Amino acid sequence: MNKILKQTLECVIALTATLSLSFAVNAETPKNTFIMAKDISDIITLDPAEVFEFTGGEMIANIYDRLMMYEPEDLTTLVGGVAESWETSSDGKSITFSIRPEMTFHSGNTVTAEDVVFSLRRVVKLNKTPSFIITQFGWNADNVDELVVLDGDKAKITITEEFSPALVLNALSAGIASIVDKDEVMAHEVDGDMGYGWLKSNSAGSGAFSLQTWKANELVSLKANSSYRHGSPGVERVIVQHVAEPSAQRLLVEKGDIDLARNLTPDQVDGLSGNNDLKVQSDPKGALMYMAANAADPILGNPKVALALRYLVDYEGMTNSFLKGQYNIHQAAWPSGLWGAYNETPFSLDIGKAKTLLTEAGYPNGFEIRIDTLNASPFPEVAQSIQATLAQAGITASITTAEGKTLWPMYRARKHQLILARWSPDYTDPHSNLDAFARNPDNRPEAKLTGVLAWRNAWQKDEMNAMVDAARNEIDLDTREKLYHEIQSSLQMDSPYVIMFQQTEASVLRKDVNDYVSGSLFDLIFYRNINK
Amino acid sequence: MVSTKSIASQNFAALSRKLRAFSSVVVTLLLTFIGLTAITFTIGRVMPADPVLAVIGDRAPQAAYERVFKEMGLDKPIYEQYFRYLGELSRGDLGTSIMTSQPVSEDIKRFFPATLELSTIATLIGVLLGIPMGVLAAVNQGHLLDHFVRIFGLIGYSVPVFWLGMVGLLVFYGKLDWVAGPGRIDVYYDGIVKTVTGFILIDSALAKEWDIFHNAVSHLLLPSVILGSFALAYIARMTRSFMLDQMKEEYILTARVKGASEVSVIWRHAFRNVLVQLITIVGLTYASLLEGSVLTETVFSWPGIGQYITTSLFNADMNAVLGGTVVVGTCFVAVNMISDLLYKIVDPRARS
Repeated sequence: MNKILKQTLECVIALTATLSLSFAVNAETPKNTFIMAKDISDIITLDPAEVFEFTGGEMIANIYDRLMMYEPEDLTTLVGGVAESWETSSDGKSITFSIRPEMTFHSGNTVTAEDVVFSLRRVVKLNKTPSFIITQFGWNADNVDELVVLDGDKAKITITEEFSPALVLNALSAGIASIVDKDEVMAHEVDGDMGYGWLKSNSAGSGAFSLQTWKANELVSLKANSSYRHGSPGVERVIVQHVAEPSAQRLLVEKGDIDLARNLTPDQVDGLSGNNDLKVQSDPKGALMYMAANAADPILGNPKVALALRYLVDYEGMTNSFLKGQYNIHQAAWPSGLWGAYNETPFSLDIGKAKTLLTEAGYPNGFEIRIDTLNASPFPEVAQSIQATLAQAGITASITTAEGKTLWPMYRARKHQLILARWSPDYTDPHSNLDAFARNPDNRPEAKLTGVLAWRNAWQKDEMNAMVDAARNEIDLDTREKLYHEIQSSLQMDSPYVIMFQQTEASVLRKDVNDYVSGSLFDLIFYRNINK
Repeated sequence: MVSTKSIASQNFAALSRKLRAFSSVVVTLLLTFIGLTAITFTIGRVMPADPVLAVIGDRAPQAAYERVFKEMGLDKPIYEQYFRYLGELSRGDLGTSIMTSQPVSEDIKRFFPATLELSTIATLIGVLLGIPMGVLAAVNQGHLLDHFVRIFGLIGYSVPVFWLGMVGLLVFYGKLDWVAGPGRIDVYYDGIVKTVTGFILIDSALAKEWDIFHNAVSHLLLPSVILGSFALAYIARMTRSFMLDQMKEEYILTARVKGASEVSVIWRHAFRNVLVQLITIVGLTYASLLEGSVLTETVFSWPGIGQYITTSLFNADMNAVLGGTVVVGTCFVAVNMISDLLYKIVDPRARS
């Protein structure tokens, strides 16, 4: 029997090896194709009027040119995208855009001011989630036809609210200001939906790439636009492969089956740093990790308790250990690296100071509290670290983790005590974050300003509202920047937020891949210069 | 001599029995589906995940939230929502998925063949290797081969598929380069083969795209072997156990006394009786692989129905979860019915 067993085993091994070797494939991506592995399960639409997810935002940044843009060659300077130039009226309420001549959509149609007007009106009329970025100018479905108009061969917009023109231009560099091909979109209109049903999974842009395929939870395939205004992209095709498992991404990039792995853990990135076929690219991102205290809570509503919490976080300990390469210390409400950033970091772990503040607040022996956070790494780890440092000041914290779809309804309903969360800007103006963190025009529960962080945390200060409004309306850029610094400084000392970290994204690329540009915002990631 | 009347009466009785059996199957099916959809629907509606936020994101203003809440019909009582869903289901409309923006039926057409392809090959591996291994272990009870099968069965059944998948990828893809990595085919082949059946092996063969066929086999090999090892372990263990029971029966002794060869005793006498029980085991294994291969699908980035349902569940995409559940439920019922049918073919006693 032993002989039979041995022979059988030998046969099985030989057969498996023969079969496997005959099916082994060469691990190398085609030279003209750039392949990236990423978890793309967050894409639910590719219509620029609706996209508000990270991966979807990244895709439309490469498919559409926006009215205003940040280009991969200089991510700090706002320039015209579809707009060649623009002129602001003396009162700052109207801006007239001249359109780049001889620019074409993927369909071959010429990009005109009419497309610009159509695209902006469409966003307002469809009224999807990100539309607030431009409806805050006072536009709505009833008045947008009068406020966004054709002016000869130019497009003219008029705002009815007080807004700095710089802010308006910045907002018009967001994904919702992507210019769509009116003729192409309207050719697919069904029941007056302005092409909404079709554009969710198709494209009608003028960007460096056109959408070839989106197969949810499988891949996105983009095809180079050879007549792009900056010239043909460096690769003919970009494929974003859905690989949810980071270990699988690691194997793929090691083997050369992909050119870029986007979702590796810090340990995996460390493990690959010695591999000569690979290189690691670290890019600062705009996402901030913060802890918020619900001011409606009788204990947390005490400003001294809120201040004490800032001294009960081991910022350095975390960034030097499990957050290394993933997050850096940042304690202001607008991320570093963007115009208006405030880089002061006045807080460090100081148990003595925290205890003094807690004693002054009337809690010398601490209290019990609950921390809610996401169940995805590194949030539970950060919560555990905070739990440990809170305990040193006598505060007993319990931790509850949940999926975002479970956590956010609770946050929006003000049912949390302490919440550990993340926030990313929607566009590159400080108003994007500070409007959410600092301004709360109506703190009543029935006001339900659920998109506003200050409201979610039941926190309102009239002087802060006035400061945010003043900064929003200020025309002079230097004065405006100074105002934003003051707001951030004030938020650091008196607010329900313990802003702790700013994200850094580490991507692992094959060594022969160059010029992958990943900016600070989720929709400032560009593929057009990539070459290998 | 039997009268014409009595023949007609017998025919009528037989027809009536068949009709009763058929209507009993239909009623069972209906009750199963109503129960399945009702429970899944209720769980989906009472769990704390908010489907509205899946559509609008967590930053949306309240006005947008309320608009979408109404658009999704969530302002209606749960029973009304359920009956509306049943009405749409009866017209073959499974609704639209939030995650993919596509009709759920279209998603299922895309995801289900991937799982079916993987599970079928895994089950074949399990059956073709597991049954002989189980039989050999039983007839060699206590010997080395028996110990090997038992240990293999224990490992195969207790080691997490997720871990096995990761190790398999590391060794056979990462180190040995014997198979291709995660995914159904190398992504740059995407879009070349026209989808006819949804099964990449069949479609690439029909299109005579042999490079893609070759690539697809290479991708399929490892996940199907990993998943198949799970099936194999279970089937081998159960086969061994059933065979041991049969080998103790008196009719085996009788066969041996009558001079039947050992091969005949094992395969013609003992195994034929085991076959009836094995049909249930294989059927259940197949059905569980169809819905339970989610971990393998995740590790291997396999765009299958298990991953689809799980991702949808995490994102509160209840139309997709319900649609997927209905499909998986249908599979279970279909596999059970096929098992019943096979019983009747294999076991004459079941025919009456």
